[in-house]
Amino acid sequence: MVTAPFNWRPHSRGRIADDGHGSAVGPQQAVDVEAARAARRRLVIDRSCRVPCLVLFCSAVVWLLAGTLLAMIASFKLHEPRFLADFAPLTFGRIRPAHLNVVAYGWAFNAALASLLWIKCRLAATPLRGGALVLAGAGLWNVGVLLGTLAILTGRGHSTAWLEFPVPAAAMLYGGFALVAIAAVLSLAARRVRRLYVSQWYLLGALLWFPWCFTVAFILLMPAPVGGVTESAIGGWYTRNLIGLWFSAVGVAIIYYLLPKLTGRPLYSHQLALLGFWALAVCYPWTGMRHLIAGPLPAWAITVSIAASVMLLIPLLAVTLNFHKTIRGRYRLVGPSPTLRFIVFAAVCYLLVGGQGVLLALRSVNEVFSLTHTIIGHAHLGMYGFFTMAMFGAMYYIIPRLTGREWASVGLIRIHFWCVGLGLALMVGVLTAGGIIQGLELNRAAAPLGHYIDEHGLSEGVGAFLSQLQVRGGAVDFLDVTRGTIPWLELRTLSGMMLLAGHIAFAVLVGLNVAGHSPPRPGPMLLSAAGRGRPLE
Amino acid sequence: MNRLPLLFIALLASFAAAWLGLVFGLYRELGGVQPVSDPFTSELQPRPYTELELAGRDVYRAEGCIACHTQHVRGGRFNADIERGWGPRRSHPIDYIHDRPILMGRSRTGPDLVNIGAREARRSWHHLHLYDPRITSPGSNMPTYRYLYRKQRIGDEPDPDALMLAGEHAPPPGYEVVPTDRARALVAYLLGLDRTYPIPGTPRR
Ligand code: HEC
Ligand code: HEM
Ligand code: HEM
Repeated sequence: MVTAPFNWRPHSRGRIADDGHGSAVGPQQAVDVEAARAARRRLVIDRSCRVPCLVLFCSAVVWLLAGTLLAMIASFKLHEPRFLADFAPLTFGRIRPAHLNVVAYGWAFNAALASLLWIKCRLAATPLRGGALVLAGAGLWNVGVLLGTLAILTGRGHSTAWLEFPVPAAAMLYGGFALVAIAAVLSLAARRVRRLYVSQWYLLGALLWFPWCFTVAFILLMPAPVGGVTESAIGGWYTRNLIGLWFSAVGVAIIYYLLPKLTGRPLYSHQLALLGFWALAVCYPWTGMRHLIAGPLPAWAITVSIAASVMLLIPLLAVTLNFHKTIRGRYRLVGPSPTLRFIVFAAVCYLLVGGQGVLLALRSVNEVFSLTHTIIGHAHLGMYGFFTMAMFGAMYYIIPRLTGREWASVGLIRIHFWCVGLGLALMVGVLTAGGIIQGLELNRAAAPLGHYIDEHGLSEGVGAFLSQLQVRGGAVDFLDVTRGTIPWLELRTLSGMMLLAGHIAFAVLVGLNVAGHSPPRPGPMLLSAAGRGRPLE
Repeated sequence: MNRLPLLFIALLASFAAAWLGLVFGLYRELGGVQPVSDPFTSELQPRPYTELELAGRDVYRAEGCIACHTQHVRGGRFNADIERGWGPRRSHPIDYIHDRPILMGRSRTGPDLVNIGAREARRSWHHLHLYDPRITSPGSNMPTYRYLYRKQRIGDEPDPDALMLAGEHAPPPGYEVVPTDRARALVAYLLGLDRTYPIPGTPRR
């Protein structure tokens, strides 16, 4: 079953692959002409990607900081509603979509585009074509995000979640994406390697699916609005596809690319990868209506979406198994390698968020926990724990290859990892726990948890609460439910501070690296063939 | 899997199938829904929004009330939307035919509002609540919308919509707090939100 993708030679010595951390200099090697040529080719590719990808990565980091600040304000306001209350642009109802769009289109999208371009070129063994297109596209895209965010903050946003940017801003995103996609397709067309590695499938799919669903959703919601509940259906369908067929596809592609490289092992199974990919491509587009389970949609549409969501177990398990089998026996490499730490964290979260998602798609679970903070927890487990962590990993790997410089400080990398790792665990934990209580109190319970705890103490109170759940209670006063969520929301703000600290550390690292204040990479890739170090990619 | 054109066509086909089935299918099915006639008044329901209500909808959109409020009553067996008094029956596509853009919402940090006009019909309550939700609902985390209100010197006669504020919120003597046009429109919209009419032939849940 084991098939090695092109140019992934398993490393017989099983050492840590160089992931930009600087210490892995190989033993003396005989001069290898083939290796020297390959190394030179990689250098040329990295050079061609340098400016476009760095522009995208740096914009991503700026948006990450902006989005985190917006998130902190939003989070604080949920338990201190009088904070900054009289300044309309920062009212919760605007700052929440601003956060969502800044992190999704500003941070996640920029980072995804840069990683996509670089990996595509590396896998095609060809320099980036159309770097100028990418630059123009990045400019257009980022101006679009800025304008769109300002539009939301000034009350001009659209009302469909994930599509809040109004027409001019959305049109700029559209143009920007088209330019970048053209460059990606040109580079793919010029590929020098016939074999299409699994990452390429995902990236090609992503490049096709995103513009498709964006076009449909954009046209039917803004220039020519269909009106009525169809808008909500289309909005949900778009969100699903954006998350599952763009962000998840890029995230999985990156992990598929980096895991074999960093562990020095070939991908465990090509067949399993095929199964995972096609199961995703066939099932995922049908999941679009699961945000309105028991809502005002025809029953068939909801049932189809639930069935397709459960089917997602197939790609989820196939991909996870492939990851696990690839890295099995090399888990000790995870500690020393920053990239691998983030990537493995992301892969674990992928399994968790998918498992949680399948549960959330079942009617009996969904109707209780949908529309509560549980869903926000799920959203961060996916968009942060899985996707953002994968992006951090990719950036730790790619940026040194673009700039030719190492990371400035191991300490800062540690701070980054632990702040965001623990912060995310805390955030997802409190949102899930608080959301479960909220959902039970809204839909099941006769009296709020707090009353039982006041009467019986903590542990017995929780037990008494759980044993009192009825199928149709719904008697808990809404205000009591709200009050019960406040402590959890306060803890979420705390977790946000940890994430903010981690993001600042990361931004400093990227800033130092790009500005040229980091040490040069020890074994320049060209010299490796002459015996100074061995390129392990 | 090394043939690019083949891969491309397969990717296209897998997505197109779902697009046709789901989006186009729903588009066709939902495009044709018509208003129903109320059995008691034989008015067509839902009635179109008035100018003022449309302006209020726009405030609702701009201020992002959808961040915390949904506008649909769920059917199904596992939730308590109907028991909470949010509506007498499951929401139906007909309820939304005049909604453009839709303000469905996806979070219930606050209660569902699709029938708020039927549930809480006092204009003064809504103004007070929007001015500072903690006046009417202690412990609420809904934002204050004081920026939708205006403090002004009392003229010859007090404004009929002036807020009845006491204690820490009270304006200085001789002044009153009145809703701006945007607040008036918003409350008109909220009061008009009433989809409690029956829809013949559809189950309650
Ligand atoms: C941070 C989330 C949040 C936002 C944003 C928000 N609300 Fe609320 N809303 C709540 C909560 C929580 C309650 C329940 C407690 C209360 O009555 O204040 C509530 C209650 C209400 C109620 C009373 C519902 C009932 O059943 O009694 C109305 C009406 C309302 N909100 C209207 C609005 C409008 C209009 C906006 C936008 C201008 C808005 N809300 C924005 C959280 C929010
Ligand atoms: C097998 C995989 C998954 C399944 C079955 C699944 C299921 C679900 C369900 C049922 C909901 C909606 C709940 C509701 O609103 O009632 C949801 C929401 C969400 N999920 Fe997942 N999920 C999966 C994987 C992921 C992944 C990998 C990510 C992130 C990359 C993710 C991010 C989100 C987000 C952001 C939302 C909020 C949606 C919104 O804003 O409409 N999910 N998921
Ligand atoms: C950079 C990574 C982040 C990503 C990708 C991300 C993503 C998201 C997404 C997708 C949503 C919308 C969920 C939904 O509508 O269902 C959301 C909402 C939110 N996020 Fe984040 N987020 C990130 C970081 C943070 C941080 C650091 C905080 C800090 C506290 C935070 C706080 C919030 C809050 C308060 C909401 C609104 C939730 C609500 O309405 O109850 N996010 N985020």
